[in-house]
Amino acid sequence: MSELAIEAKDLTRTFGAFTAVDHITFDVKPGEVFGFLGANGAGKTTAIRILTGLLRPSSGSAKVAGFDVATQSESIKQVIGYMSQRFSLYDDLTVRENIQLYGGIYDIPRDELRDRIERLLDRLALSKAADDAVRSLPLGWKQKLAFSVALLHNPKVVFLDEPTGGVDPIVRRQFWEMIYDAAHAGTTVLVTTHYMDEAEYCNRITIMVAGKIAAYGTPADLKRDAGVKSVDDLFVRLARSAA
Amino acid sequence: MNALLGLLLKETRHILRDRRTLAVLILLPIVQVILFGYSIRTDVKDVRLAVVDPAPDATTLAIRDRFNASGTFKTVAVLRSEAELDALFQRDAAQVAIEFAPRFADRIAHGEPAQILVITDATEPNSGTGRLNYVNAVVQGYLADSPMSGMSSVVPTSPTSRGRIRIESRVRARFNPTLESANLFVPGLMAFVLTIVSALMTALSLTREKETGTMEALLVSPLRPAQIIVGKVAPYVVIGFISVAAVLIEARLVFHVPIEGSLPLLLGEGLLYILVALSIGILISARTSSQRVAMLAAILATMLPTLLLSGFIFPIESMPEALQVVSNIMPARWFVLIARGIMLKGIGIAYLWRETLILGAMALVLLVVSTRSFHVRLD
Repeated sequence: MSELAIEAKDLTRTFGAFTAVDHITFDVKPGEVFGFLGANGAGKTTAIRILTGLLRPSSGSAKVAGFDVATQSESIKQVIGYMSQRFSLYDDLTVRENIQLYGGIYDIPRDELRDRIERLLDRLALSKAADDAVRSLPLGWKQKLAFSVALLHNPKVVFLDEPTGGVDPIVRRQFWEMIYDAAHAGTTVLVTTHYMDEAEYCNRITIMVAGKIAAYGTPADLKRDAGVKSVDDLFVRLARSAA
Repeated sequence: MNALLGLLLKETRHILRDRRTLAVLILLPIVQVILFGYSIRTDVKDVRLAVVDPAPDATTLAIRDRFNASGTFKTVAVLRSEAELDALFQRDAAQVAIEFAPRFADRIAHGEPAQILVITDATEPNSGTGRLNYVNAVVQGYLADSPMSGMSSVVPTSPTSRGRIRIESRVRARFNPTLESANLFVPGLMAFVLTIVSALMTALSLTREKETGTMEALLVSPLRPAQIIVGKVAPYVVIGFISVAAVLIEARLVFHVPIEGSLPLLLGEGLLYILVALSIGILISARTSSQRVAMLAAILATMLPTLLLSGFIFPIESMPEALQVVSNIMPARWFVLIARGIMLKGIGIAYLWRETLILGAMALVLLVVSTRSFHVRLD
């Protein structure tokens, strides 16, 4: 296995005449919290879908946990977690049933799964709501639950596609604490967002503009090089120059 | 294995918790049997009969009694002349009329032909013809019981004309001696219900996951496409089976529809047809991404053809030749043939192997094509 958790080289994806992802090259180190920033439609979700094996790259190459996305997607699936933009849990199932379902899908042994479910419910303070339908949970709790479920099988790399969209600032805060916990435990986190303040929480970021990587590095370096105060200022400048 | 069990459990919970859909699924076959059983009747009951008897005598009275005792006819008017008949037909007060020739008994006594003219309202040709046959049967019955020479019933050649041709026919309806239309529609109804449950529900449940986004989570998991498909559709096989059983039991209890042949064979063929319908459902869901489109596609591709082209309601023989050819590729057509064969004729696989083979080949091809079209990737 290579040293890097994710390694993309000239990764490109076109839909007809439209180039959603345009020759992006970046890498993510193990245990890193890596931010994928960009406006809506900049190509973040398409990039994640290529890396998770949902979409085939049109050209270029990428490796996740050492496996090639074009040829070894089955191996990649064993070692990644994914939380899509859209809610990935079943509304009509209870909290516990949802966790059990994914535990079964990732083939976690029964006893082990029981332990993990109790720990997970405990950590999310959801023990009392364990047998309630997920439908009845507030959005913030749903998102935290979805994240925990994506981590249930201890993946090497976890992809979070706009996990904090639409949740309140307190839950966003708690969410980022969970992201750090996961990174500390050794999971590499690739997270997309269009909240620029969240970029400050990442070890390194890329800013995507119209399918291309417009900036790539640590938030501090990027701000210093561009002579701006915040990532937000940098983003606005990059987006303007592209338009 | 663990994963598949989990998926099956999940799908079962979806079905059981969606009370409204579940209620529809359970009530659908039950209501359909009642609806089809009572509304789409081609058999003849309570026919409103007008009698034109210019000179009643012992024979005409005996024949009129015979009609009244038949249970099929209800005499609504006895007239002296034909003049008032048109009004009765126009008001729909009468559906069929019989007109005795004058001097009826006298003619018979003298060895002259005594004629009965039968007039039917042929607005609906099928019912019109059906009534003619019944009238004929009653008259023939009378003749058989009191054989008299020189008398014959007269039935027009076409229901609209009033030709006077002597016929003497004997009808024996094989396999459905009482000409119950329930016997005819139940096999077709099974195909119809199975199509709804299997094709439509499968297509809907698969596209629902695409719509809500949960399908993505399943696709990035290590699940194989076959596991996802089996996990999604297997519960609907069970529901399909329950529906078939419900239709059969209800048809038996309410309409006394027989099952002359082997029940296991019938259920086995039902399973084969369920596989065909499920595959069509999977195929539809692979090509569509919203429940609404999937539903329209399922209705157009499966339900309407099942209703119209399978011989369920409209006989295939009376379709234009082009449609007859098209009906060959309708899986329902073969299932209806098989089900009728087993239920009404009591025939076994020795006679039905060809139809079974066709249905089996369809199931195989569709299963392979549909599972292939279900991609693990989004593109």
